[in-house]
Amino acid sequence: MKIAVAVDGSENGLRAANHAVTLAKYLPEATLDIVYVADYDKAKDERLLSQNAESLALTREQKVHPVVERAKSAGIQAKMTLLKGNPSQEIIKYVEKQSIDHLVIGSRGLNSFQEMILGSVSHKVVKHAHCPVTIVK
Amino acid sequence: MDTLKQQWFGNIRADLLAGVVVGLALIPEALAFAFIVGVDPRVALYASFTIAVIISFVGGRPGLISAATGAMALVLVTLMADHGLEYVLAATILTGIIQFILGLFGVANLMRFIPNAVMLGFVNALGIMIFITQMPYLIGAGGMTYLFAIVTLILVYAIPRFFTAIPAPLVAIVVMSSIAIFSGVKLQSIGDLGTMPNTLPIFFLPDIPLNFETLKIILPYSFALSVVGLLESLLSSQVLDDMTDTSSNKNKEARGQGIANFVNGFFGGMAGCALIGQSVINIKSGGRGRLSTLTSGVFLMFLIIVLGDLVVKIPMPVLVGVMVMVSFTTFNWGSFKFMKQAPKSETLVMLTTVAIILYTHNLAIGVVIGVVLSALFFVSKISRVKIKQEGNLYKVKGPLFFASTTKFIQAFEGVTENRIIIDFEDSQLWDESAVGAILKVQQQLMQKGVDVKIIGLNTSSKKLYEQLI
Repeated sequence: MKIAVAVDGSENGLRAANHAVTLAKYLPEATLDIVYVADYDKAKDERLLSQNAESLALTREQKVHPVVERAKSAGIQAKMTLLKGNPSQEIIKYVEKQSIDHLVIGSRGLNSFQEMILGSVSHKVVKHAHCPVTIVK
Repeated sequence: MDTLKQQWFGNIRADLLAGVVVGLALIPEALAFAFIVGVDPRVALYASFTIAVIISFVGGRPGLISAATGAMALVLVTLMADHGLEYVLAATILTGIIQFILGLFGVANLMRFIPNAVMLGFVNALGIMIFITQMPYLIGAGGMTYLFAIVTLILVYAIPRFFTAIPAPLVAIVVMSSIAIFSGVKLQSIGDLGTMPNTLPIFFLPDIPLNFETLKIILPYSFALSVVGLLESLLSSQVLDDMTDTSSNKNKEARGQGIANFVNGFFGGMAGCALIGQSVINIKSGGRGRLSTLTSGVFLMFLIIVLGDLVVKIPMPVLVGVMVMVSFTTFNWGSFKFMKQAPKSETLVMLTTVAIILYTHNLAIGVVIGVVLSALFFVSKISRVKIKQEGNLYKVKGPLFFASTTKFIQAFEGVTENRIIIDFEDSQLWDESAVGAILKVQQQLMQKGVDVKIIGLNTSSKKLYEQLI
């Protein structure tokens, strides 16, 4: 069974990852895909806030690393994937392409006004992904 | 790197579509940048067309969008005010020559010496300055002006939530202009400030005296334009490299910017460079190749020639609303977090860069001083050398070079033992000054009758030491 978890380095993403690790531990022959999407809309600001391409790569790696470690210590077969683009679209495409059986994703817990302005990644994913989705609050 | 054929025709359909989107996104800003400089809209529109078309052939980063920009416009303001358009065009041509030469000498390799604190200062000052330039159109204007500007601003943020196929600024402009025209509200419009081009740009020589006096006027501007243009172009290239996971030839891009500006000046356009915002729009819309850049320029010119009569009716407050959004997106809001987390010296470099740019109204001066300041901070940081005494063993910690030798020498002034050992295990000798300093310490101590033994030099330090003594 292929489980995927979308992480973004946030508290919520980490909670989702913990849940995904727990799921993978108890499901037979489960593998874990840890997916991080570098948002195109943040590409400029991320580049400006890091000294060079290498330090930018390090910043991204640091966001995913704790999850990879956790999966490893739980004895789960895990791999990480870095995608670039619009987060919800990339996650949906990835789920489709890799025939993921179950997706775990965190929710930022926005109110309806924030959601109108920022847009909810988890809502879009739930709506369009063709697999069971667990939203971790 | 891809072959030229792939760079042009590897992504035809998406490149054409993205180019159209970018062409639309270029128009509002080109118009606004013309007003910042105080030139006719056509000077910026011709520039955007010419630069985009030429850079699509000679640029080093496929998919990068170059046109008239706010950063370059801000540099040109005083030249236009003091000397007029012909000098702006001459300065543009000279900028092209300088950028091309800098590209030949590998200027892009210097980019990594520019710390991100300076780049942050650059974009933040740019955002603030674009915001400030919009104020004259608002302050003291009537209630309707405010209303139109604010509603436009709300629209450009709200539209992308529902609809992303056409750039939000353009949708907002069409909607708000229609409302203004059909409701008959009296607002200042683009037509009140200048005329629209109705032909393709033509070649002509700027009407200036070709003498030393002219050069003295335009050279400082051309230098500033070269620095600002290359900085923004190379930063944009890096952003695109990251977004597309591909590499690009930055020195070719620098030379390309030079060629584009050189030709652009002869066709009546003001100096330009790459636009980060529009380049990101291009990639997001699926554009990857050179064809996208070419299409953006051609489509922009096509629209202006066909729809010029409508463009002049766009109310100024609507354009101001769009530009306020541009200033907000140019500003890096992550800087506040950066100031909390980064070392104090980096925060100081960023704030100094912003302050100098806002004070001098010159982006280039701010960047140069920012780089010098951060270089000084860096030298002072790594020149810290500590000497720890353990009985008659003196352990040196930190690199020894011209900036750290004074402290090193001072540390041995109060030696009271008859015999000491200096351990360099945690140190590195970098230059003549380092070896000279060791020599001086040895001589001074010898005079006092102290026996000195040196241990722990690493291979390269030993080599340098033995070479010089």
